Amino acid sequence: MSKMESYWLDLKQLDEMAGNRTVLHRIHPCAKLLTTVIFLTVVASFSKYEISGLFPMFFYPIFLIILGELPLGPISNRVLLALPFVIFIGIFNPLLDQNPVVQFGPFFISGGWISFLSILLRFLLAVTAALILVATCGIDAIGMALLQLKVPKVFVIQLLFMYRYLYVLLEEFIRTIRAHSLRSFQGEGIRPRVWGSLLGQLLLRTIDRAQRIYQAMLCRGFDGEIRLIRQKKLVGMDIVYFLGWSAFFIIIRLVNVTQWLGTLLIGGY
Amino acid sequence: MSHHIIEINNLEYIYPDKTKALSGLSFRILHGESVAIVGANGAGKSTLLSHLIGILVPTAGTVRIGDYPLTKQTLPHIRRTVGMVFQNPDDQLFMPTVFEDVAFGPLNLGLPLPEVEKRVMSALETVGAAHLRERPPYKLSGGQKRSVAIASVLSMLPDILVLDEPTAGLDAKARRQLIMLLKSFTHTKIIATHDLDLVLDLCERTIVLSDGAIIADRPTLQIFSDEGLLAQAHLEKPIGMQGCPICSIK
Repeated sequence: MSKMESYWLDLKQLDEMAGNRTVLHRIHPCAKLLTTVIFLTVVASFSKYEISGLFPMFFYPIFLIILGELPLGPISNRVLLALPFVIFIGIFNPLLDQNPVVQFGPFFISGGWISFLSILLRFLLAVTAALILVATCGIDAIGMALLQLKVPKVFVIQLLFMYRYLYVLLEEFIRTIRAHSLRSFQGEGIRPRVWGSLLGQLLLRTIDRAQRIYQAMLCRGFDGEIRLIRQKKLVGMDIVYFLGWSAFFIIIRLVNVTQWLGTLLIGGY
Repeated sequence: MSHHIIEINNLEYIYPDKTKALSGLSFRILHGESVAIVGANGAGKSTLLSHLIGILVPTAGTVRIGDYPLTKQTLPHIRRTVGMVFQNPDDQLFMPTVFEDVAFGPLNLGLPLPEVEKRVMSALETVGAAHLRERPPYKLSGGQKRSVAIASVLSMLPDILVLDEPTAGLDAKARRQLIMLLKSFTHTKIIATHDLDLVLDLCERTIVLSDGAIIADRPTLQIFSDEGLLAQAHLEKPIGMQGCPICSIK
């Protein structure tokens, strides 16, 4: 099985997890979505050089993974998949910002390295939180939550279709690559010359397929309105979930818990 | 009961790239009839089916489903009357679970939730797929996908069923189960297929297409006995009518 195919299976697995029935899965998607938004905002709001303050934020994804009985493998795989992009974003920080910030004996650590590490941590938190949201709601429930939060329908439908057609595109891509690899014997990957026609074919085939799916939707009365069966009402538990986590995030943002614990353990200044 | 009648009059369709796909097609299918549409690859079968549900609009001629001519205004009504089962069930199943997929049509009809659930379960039970309701469609076998695709159409309670290559890609048992299932339906059925044994089992009438035109529209048995006609349409007598090869050698 190619790497591509195994990633693909992981993505499908993420969708299947949304069908589990744990306490976390039963929380209203709106509450989970809003909590994730607050979490992301708080993570993004930390200062550029913050590292220790970010650590308590890991409590949130770890707690949810345990509560939602989510398998670590597929989630960490997906996080790693996004890692190269973040490394590109932060990799020049150590070169651009060489002010020494921390000193260990004769060694200095520059501000660039600290901010790079901070970017990595934030990325890890943000991507894990987003993946957990998908794995505990499913994309359709997230769509429904967005609608309930009065996000314009046109955006929500775009999101749902993009997700659906991503599957179509990936499946076509896997088939095309497989057909190519069966008839390329040198095993040296796809030559640049072949890429052009391969991608062109892929585009045309995907458009065709997408067209057929759209027609099938029209045949079953699709009129631009997404109607979902899982219409849930907010209950007390959902509000407690949202307010509880929000309060937790804000406290962590305002108080550097790591530093406070350290002070507590090794005594005062 | 005129709402189950399909009437095609001088239907002509030319693709945007100027390929003539259908020309001068006329026929009438009555309530409860089961009609096969057969012909070589590229004879125009799928194009014809696309006209019955308004995916394509005729270049000339008319399509009438029951009391309504097919126009943009009558499209919602026609799509409620005619249920189309696509050739590839993967094109038809797009929701995250089987249940939601089968519920897609009824929800679009604006039915209340309890009614939607009732219809979904009854459609799934009809095709024997009630136990699959929580499964994601892409995890099903070919036969199960086909059954669910049919259920997703049945849940809209159509009067007319249009099936494009329903037995393509099915193993012998799944194919047999599908034939039994289709046999139990009292809907008006239109089946485009290359599986002539299926036609023999299900359809009393057959329309033969060749190069976008009807070359025969007669009772199935008559058509399958006419070897010249079959050869002209790139077809072969169904295996069920070919007799035993071993006995004929003797």
